[in-house]
Amino acid sequence: MIKEERYTSLKEIVKIYLPDDVAVDEIHEESHFINELNINSANLVDIVLDVEDAFDIRLENEDMDQMQTVKDALAIIDKKLTAK
Amino acid sequence: MGKRVVITGLGVCAPNGVGLTDFTIAMQQGKSGIRFQPQLAALKFGCQIAAEPLVKDGLVSTYFTPLQLRGLNASGIVYGVIAGTDAWKDAGLPIAPNDTPDWNAGIIFGTGILGVDKFRESIHLVDDQNVRRLGSTTVLQTMASGISAYLGGILGCGNQVTTNSSACATGTEGLLMAYERIASGKAKTMLTGSCSDSGPYVWGGFDAMRILPRGYNNNPTKASRPLSESAAGFVPGSGAGALVLESLESALARGAKIYAEVLGGSVNSGGQRREGSMTAPNNEAVQRCIKKAIQNAGIHKKDVDVINGHLTATTKDATEIANWSTALERSGADFPFVNSFKSLFGHCLAAAGSIECVASILQFNTEQVFGNTNCEDLHPKIGEIISEVKVPRKTIDYKPNILAKASFGFGDVNACVIFKKYSD
Repeated sequence: MIKEERYTSLKEIVKIYLPDDVAVDEIHEESHFINELNINSANLVDIVLDVEDAFDIRLENEDMDQMQTVKDALAIIDKKLTAK
Repeated sequence: MGKRVVITGLGVCAPNGVGLTDFTIAMQQGKSGIRFQPQLAALKFGCQIAAEPLVKDGLVSTYFTPLQLRGLNASGIVYGVIAGTDAWKDAGLPIAPNDTPDWNAGIIFGTGILGVDKFRESIHLVDDQNVRRLGSTTVLQTMASGISAYLGGILGCGNQVTTNSSACATGTEGLLMAYERIASGKAKTMLTGSCSDSGPYVWGGFDAMRILPRGYNNNPTKASRPLSESAAGFVPGSGAGALVLESLESALARGAKIYAEVLGGSVNSGGQRREGSMTAPNNEAVQRCIKKAIQNAGIHKKDVDVINGHLTATTKDATEIANWSTALERSGADFPFVNSFKSLFGHCLAAAGSIECVASILQFNTEQVFGNTNCEDLHPKIGEIISEVKVPRKTIDYKPNILAKASFGFGDVNACVIFKKYSD
């Protein structure tokens, strides 16, 4: 899967967790999930589970702690897929 | 005397009708919501029938956001949110804006056990050493107060938001708690109601107790027979009912439609003494509860003209009628009209009190007393106490003035509320 596809898949996952006042096109690589996209911190664990399912990978606790922005998430996905 | 309290909104998600319009017609016409349940048959239940609301998938998505629907596996929350949101809209109340809750509006929405299917899902994951896969809503869907929490967020209520639980008395008890909060001036508006999950994990325990009818698996609509000699046990049910209670002054100020006034009521327990037990009520406690409700409502025993009983369709129905008769000191043709709605939608457990309160209040609106289905053979012990005509088998035209509604629950707990046709 090329990077652009991964980014699109991730945006699809994140979309549902956005509050009403944040639009999908406000998602950028640098976006911070909680501070900028206003995603409820409780939902970060759901995003992780969705990412695991979509990419068929497993994220550990330390991966979750590092996953602050969209870019972080893409990097972790990249690392896990390379290691497979 | 506290503030006068009136009912300005109703909502219901019942086995024989989802939404007020369908439910009203079902109650008037005696339409049953009791059906054969293939899942219970596959699981070898003795009683393979139940009363479960039929909620269309398309309907659910109009009450929940796509995010709320993800992984939602708690039928009680679905029923409760439908009934609660409907009642709020029916009252003409606004959803609080994004930045401020309505500090004067609260919620008391009860349940017995919530999110059972979600809990089962979690148990499997935990036992498979997969606790990390539970997701963020397992707690929210399985905590008892999940229902008041979901409704509180959807409506934006800023007053007390809580969940009560007293088995099959839950709905009626919650209504009285909401009434007291408004009467004492602590809130202007309270959404109250109760819900109960569907499914074998909720109903199984009752099947094991052998208190459900087993001879009607091929004839479900005939199974629930309150007040009859052939009563064979209660049919398990599920769903939710919801009512908006409001101070009279608030209702008048916003020109709200008023269904009825709540005059007061009483809750008590028989302490599981004498004939009272974990599963049966102490008769004196039931009588005291009814008498105290009448006293608190400021009316006389002779003023009650309609009773909606707990009357689950067991041998205890005759005892309940005897208790009403003793408490009211009325019998024969002097006894009020009495009905039980469980013949149509079974015993909805924690949701029973609130669904039955909604149906009771609809009778003020339609100017009817809804009929008792499946009671062709009135129990002779009941016939000895009250006149046959006081148990209408079909819906009759009558303008109820004062209606007493009681619910009794496991643990020997009782609740009785008095409603009055509204007049200034």
